[in-house]
Amino acid sequence: MISRSNLLLLLLLLEIMFLYHLGRYVLLLKSAFTKPEKFDVYWKETFREMNVMGVGSLGIVSIIAVFLGAVTCVQTAYQLVSNLIPREVIGQITRDSTILEFSPSITMLVLSGRIGSNIASQIGTMRVTEQIDALEIMGVNTTGFLILPKLIAGLFIIPMLIVFSMFLSLIGGYVAGTLSGVISPQEYVGGILLDWNPTILIVALIKTYVFVFLMITVSVYHGYYTVGGALEVGRSSTKAVVYSCILILCCDYLVAQLFL
Amino acid sequence: MIELKNIYKSFDTKSVLEDVSVNFQPGHTNLIIGGSGSGKTTLLKCMVGLHEVNSGQILYSGEDFCGLNFKERIPIRKEIGMLFQSSALFDSMTVEENLLFPLNMFSEMSFSEKSDRVDFCLKRVNLDNVRKLAPSELSGGMKKRVGIARAIAMQPKYLFCDEPNSGLDPKTSIVIDNLIKEITEEYNITTVVNTHDMNSVMEIGDFIIFLHEGKKWWEGTNEEIRHTDNKELNEFVYASKFMRMHL
Repeated sequence: MISRSNLLLLLLLLEIMFLYHLGRYVLLLKSAFTKPEKFDVYWKETFREMNVMGVGSLGIVSIIAVFLGAVTCVQTAYQLVSNLIPREVIGQITRDSTILEFSPSITMLVLSGRIGSNIASQIGTMRVTEQIDALEIMGVNTTGFLILPKLIAGLFIIPMLIVFSMFLSLIGGYVAGTLSGVISPQEYVGGILLDWNPTILIVALIKTYVFVFLMITVSVYHGYYTVGGALEVGRSSTKAVVYSCILILCCDYLVAQLFL
Repeated sequence: MIELKNIYKSFDTKSVLEDVSVNFQPGHTNLIIGGSGSGKTTLLKCMVGLHEVNSGQILYSGEDFCGLNFKERIPIRKEIGMLFQSSALFDSMTVEENLLFPLNMFSEMSFSEKSDRVDFCLKRVNLDNVRKLAPSELSGGMKKRVGIARAIAMQPKYLFCDEPNSGLDPKTSIVIDNLIKEITEEYNITTVVNTHDMNSVMEIGDFIIFLHEGKKWWEGTNEEIRHTDNKELNEFVYASKFMRMHL
């Protein structure tokens, strides 16, 4: 049984740890947003990152999107058993659920595992093998060089991936719904077009930008402050994914509460 | 010229360097020797700005490096080349891209000039046909040589080498030592090498300082080291049977 004083001490320690990490994270970001030494080098690095993040994630995002749409359509149809509800509602719910929630949130959670862990382990390895020290000795602003290209590439390419996944989800829902016979093609398309409100797309994109920013900066933070060897690089990578996922879920709620 | 004045450095409560003052000889190979934990690497990292000193001055041609902020340090940093213990080559880049990186970042050379410079540096370290290889495809000795080539790409005035022989066989160690010595003399660079390899000390050390328990215990030439009566230095120098037989 934890005594009251021990519990208070534990809470105080947690608060100090939280403030310590928050302060270090803010300072890291502050030092990153400076004028690049050479725009050409940063530009090339940004395109390379776009390729790694965008093209590299296309496969997994497509698979997830198609199945998310398919499952949403079939399960919605299963739950809507009343004859009073028109079948178009299945298409409408599939559309709103995938665009507003599943495409940004679930896809970003998966991308945290793929891109976030990749960033943290890449930068962590650079740290423990003295590559970051080598950059620093050359006079490169290491935080800027390691964060800015990744952040710009992510903020540009990942929202495109998310919009693409929204379309694929709708197609997945169409294929699963019509093939299983729970809804006719006309009813599904009718549902997709029913009462379309562009606000949900805007909110979904706001969510995406917030999630991308958090995922990339949190992953860089954990990689950049890795101390030790291979074991610590693994730990940093795991921490990056765990914290990114938690923050994505918290911000998912906050954005929904603020904008809907 | 590199001058250290009363350098103190501690990590939390643990003191690592105490009152270290040295005048490194310009245009020569200067060696920092000492046992493990004596503060060699910390001193080298303080000199290149990877660690901040608690007090003291690090003077590059009279300018105090410690008193400068990140931006003000850049001109001095452009004059510094460093070979790391692990070579620290960027593993996401090829050998050519590793050498091009500082040139792309800080020089105004044209593409052909940069390419010529990469060629020149690789030839200088006796490496051909490795331009397109990844660092993971190179042997330990080749990595060190590419590290040296990258360090001299920007034509530095100062070259720092952190344990250049660690993890290398004796023959390759001699190759790396000779390369460092030759480059120092050819380009009139002030080189500071951090080592505990006595073979390097005897072969390339023009000026040597011995660190013990974070303090500068002794300084002199590689001739003087043979005849010193400094107890701790003698224990270090004559720790190996080979050295006892040959000195």
